Amino acid sequence: MTGDTAVEIRVQPAPFDPGAVLSEFTARAAHSGAGAMVTFTGLVRDLPGADRLSCMEIEHYPGMTEKALAAIGAEAAQRWSLGPVLILHRFGALRPEEPIMMVATASAHRQDAFEAADFLMDYLKSRAPFWKKEKTSRGEDWVAAKDSDEAALERWTKG
Amino acid sequence: MDVLYFAWVRERIGLPRERVETEAATVADLVAELRAREDRYDLAFSDLTALRVALDQELAEFDAPLAGVREVAFFPPMTGG
Repeated sequence: MTGDTAVEIRVQPAPFDPGAVLSEFTARAAHSGAGAMVTFTGLVRDLPGADRLSCMEIEHYPGMTEKALAAIGAEAAQRWSLGPVLILHRFGALRPEEPIMMVATASAHRQDAFEAADFLMDYLKSRAPFWKKEKTSRGEDWVAAKDSDEAALERWTKG
Repeated sequence: MDVLYFAWVRERIGLPRERVETEAATVADLVAELRAREDRYDLAFSDLTALRVALDQELAEFDAPLAGVREVAFFPPMTGG
């Protein structure tokens, strides 16, 4: 399926229904001749104990966000043999338990779909211009980037 | 050029974007000019290892040249996903 990858990017404030997005993606994937699909959905986690989360505010860089996601998707399409690819990410005010984002990949075989989805997540976490702020009963704080997220990129650049 | 700030950089400086007239040759030169302006800039740029920069919406390094650049953005490391 090399060469027929269509990367769909959605950056939106509106909530989405992962089931509905998956149904739509499944139809496109099947139509492309894919035999495998992998999806990842990120959810807003509540925080344990006294620091319960009231809201997760996601800021982004309009313009650069779409470009960065398209570049990450194009890179995945070059590395693996993929059918359609979807990258969806919300911004704005989100509540605990709401879906934040979703990645879906389709391929003839499962390994390409799994690896491409994993790659997309690693790159999206540290290379797409989104920032999260957690609002709790104790106040509000920007979520710090983790060294482990940066380290996760290295395994895609070796050999 | 347009200079944009995001997340806590925006909060420390107190505005999301501004027009800056500068002859700075590199990002680092621009940062030095901004830091000399006021304490809030000095504080926001006090630790460059905690910052990232994008030139015309592409990630760049702090020693990158600014010739021909229209939009510079400063922000903390990204936390998407």
